[in-house]
Amino acid sequence: MTDKAETTSEAKAGAKFSLSSGWGNILGRFLALIIVFAFFAFMVEDGKFYTLRNLENILRQSCVYGTAGLGMTMIIIAAGIDLSAGSLIALSVVTVAYVMNIQVPGADGQMQAYATLHPTLTPILAVSAGVLISTLAGLANGAMVVGLRIVPFIVTLGTMGMIRGLAKGIAHERDIYPPEECWINNIMDPTLSSATRGWQILPTGIWILLVGVLVSSFILRYTRLGRHIFAVGSNEETARLCGVSVGRTKLFVYMAGGFFCGVAGLMQFSYIGGIGQPTSAGMYELFVIAAVIIGGASFNGGEGSILGTLIGALMITILYMGGQQMGWPKWVQEMVIGGIIIAAVALDRLRHRKAT
Amino acid sequence: MRGVRRSFGATKALRGVELSVVPGEVMALVGENGAGKSTLMKILSGAIPPDEGKMFLDGADYVPGNPLHARKSGVAMIYQELALAPHLSVMENILLGIEPTRGPLLNWPEMKRRATAALAEVGLSHVSPEIEVRKLAIAQQQLVEIARAVALDCRVLVLDEPTSSLTAKDIEKLFALIRRLKAKNISVIYISHFLEEVQAISDRFTVLRDGETVGSGVTKGTANETIIALMVGRNVEELYPRSQRTAGEVILEMKELGGVTKPRSASLQLRRGEVLGISGLVGAGRTELLRAVFGLNKVMRGEIRVGQFSGVASPQERWSQRVGLVSEDRKTEGLALGLSIADNLTLSRLSGLGPFGLVMPSRQREACKPWIAKIPIKCQGPAQRISGLSGGNQQKVAIARLLHADVDVLLLDEPTRGIDVGSKAQIYQLINELAARGKAVLLISSYIPELLGTCDRIAVMSRGKLSETRERAKWDEHSLLKAAIGQEEG
Repeated sequence: MTDKAETTSEAKAGAKFSLSSGWGNILGRFLALIIVFAFFAFMVEDGKFYTLRNLENILRQSCVYGTAGLGMTMIIIAAGIDLSAGSLIALSVVTVAYVMNIQVPGADGQMQAYATLHPTLTPILAVSAGVLISTLAGLANGAMVVGLRIVPFIVTLGTMGMIRGLAKGIAHERDIYPPEECWINNIMDPTLSSATRGWQILPTGIWILLVGVLVSSFILRYTRLGRHIFAVGSNEETARLCGVSVGRTKLFVYMAGGFFCGVAGLMQFSYIGGIGQPTSAGMYELFVIAAVIIGGASFNGGEGSILGTLIGALMITILYMGGQQMGWPKWVQEMVIGGIIIAAVALDRLRHRKAT
Repeated sequence: MRGVRRSFGATKALRGVELSVVPGEVMALVGENGAGKSTLMKILSGAIPPDEGKMFLDGADYVPGNPLHARKSGVAMIYQELALAPHLSVMENILLGIEPTRGPLLNWPEMKRRATAALAEVGLSHVSPEIEVRKLAIAQQQLVEIARAVALDCRVLVLDEPTSSLTAKDIEKLFALIRRLKAKNISVIYISHFLEEVQAISDRFTVLRDGETVGSGVTKGTANETIIALMVGRNVEELYPRSQRTAGEVILEMKELGGVTKPRSASLQLRRGEVLGISGLVGAGRTELLRAVFGLNKVMRGEIRVGQFSGVASPQERWSQRVGLVSEDRKTEGLALGLSIADNLTLSRLSGLGPFGLVMPSRQREACKPWIAKIPIKCQGPAQRISGLSGGNQQKVAIARLLHADVDVLLLDEPTRGIDVGSKAQIYQLINELAARGKAVLLISSYIPELLGTCDRIAVMSRGKLSETRERAKWDEHSLLKAAIGQEEG
């Protein structure tokens, strides 16, 4: 069959191919996103859905999923899964609050918040600690997947509980209310609809996400590590045979997963009002995985894209917020989002079958 | 049973196929990969409908709606990749989809009785119908598939490359079985690349090329060359080219090399500018030997040296020592089927494809173009997915990966298994050019004419032990076979 490709003209073959290639994929998803958005824009009364404020809220809400989705995309491309993502985000949230809440004896012998004594240093320490602890936990995920040769689903199912437990332990099973406000509290604050912060156009968190998008797309597309991630996910044996260090590649993706969950934790911390809530980001792993899958990744590995994941994150947020503003009851929203996930993947399969 | 006749109209892959089989006849269907055999199989089995044309079974219109319908009409397929459920028992596999029931429940005694009968017919009476299929050897699994066809009272049995993973002894058994089925008036369509097999088993042959029937005839009295010429559409005078080669320094040397179980002991010296063949039965330890050399299997004993590097090494280190391996199993190990040609071809050497150690996709694609043109690989371009290529072209990508990495030692494990004659000829040509340019090739093959055709020297692996290496002229088919089954000649 393919032997006949020779007879088809070069240009025709090229055009046919590009439809099923990366950019065609993204374009299709983007159109779907526009359609869903347009649907709510028409249906929600008084044009409330496309006010600047609401658009910004959509961005802000999808930011946490999107950031955690960067690492998850790499993991799923490498044919893995990380069910502990939500717990990792909570761990980061709690750690930030914990550091902001450390009490030390002050000059007068009274206990005082370290953050009050060192208002510049402490937030930096808090951010570093939050991201670092999540990164290490992600690395531990990877180490167990590689070292113990247990399938990632099981490893991260276990660590989902362990990491959530750790977060609760750090917070003594209570919400931590840091005494001092600092810039971390404000990274998700609205800017477009704010008079004083309008100069930065988008909230800080979204800028952070965009940097993350650039970095992770670049890694996936232009580095050896990136090509190795695709190779390991597509066929691990082939990768090994070609001299790819399979174990190290897997360690990296789980570590990156932890890192981006840690960053997402900073955003979540700000989004929920600067509270160290150990139960926050519950079930987020499912939204994050759904975003990656709606974005075109395959659980069999070897497929997926950062831009697709971003579209997936926006899609889930729009459905969620649109449903809310339409006044749909919660159970309808949940069913619709679930249905969309299945429909997205089913469409993908259909397209694949046509392509082969 | 009257004559069976099928004809098809135009699809993309099939442009007009005329094929007929009479009861109790073995019809060999030959053709290069991509000639349309697999599409034909799919149409026969009801997986896809023909766009035009008609099929007749016993004189009546045959319009299979789906594979189960085809099976119930008496047309059974045995695919190259076995279609068994490994965790189910033999009898469950044999009666899959037609399980006898008693009310809503499975009728286990009846199931066992029918499975036992079918097993006996295919010569597997010693196998318990209750054993799990995955515990059987590949050859036995294949017979279980045939038993499945027999249990259905099939009248037309289609075998696709049935011998590609069988040993000579199992092939003989299979042929005996085909003759028994023939005697029971079952028609067999036998698809194969091995013309020796076609000669041995078939009554008539049909050649497909580019989706068309280009010739057919009575097998007896037709020379292989005639069939090959029909298949490739040109004369293949010299399938095994041989340029002037000069053996240089020893580049790969092993002494008494032993793995965990196989190989037990292997010693050889491979020189630059030569092709060294390893013959032997499937499972004798040839693949394990290559894997041990390449650091994919553990080395337990013995010495190994590549160039100036002594001792074992990981696959990464072997690549940097300019050794490359082509796996015998290109689908599950050799290639990442979901990725592009460019990704697969450059995976073993991603350096030098962009500034600062980066990998630029455009440079990856650029790097593939010379190989695609030279070997040549038939494809839409370097960005095409591997899964869209024919087997022969996939294999050429796997070999091109070694050329891209510019290795000095090529470890080739069954590089021509299951691929079409045209691709084979190109691979032989390539091996010859590489050797002439001073590369060293270690070639494993189960196909003896190929070893005798391409190699300078040959050694035989038998039960994990590698024989001494001899000049090609000192071997013939007979002595190679004898050595393989462990009867040393003086």
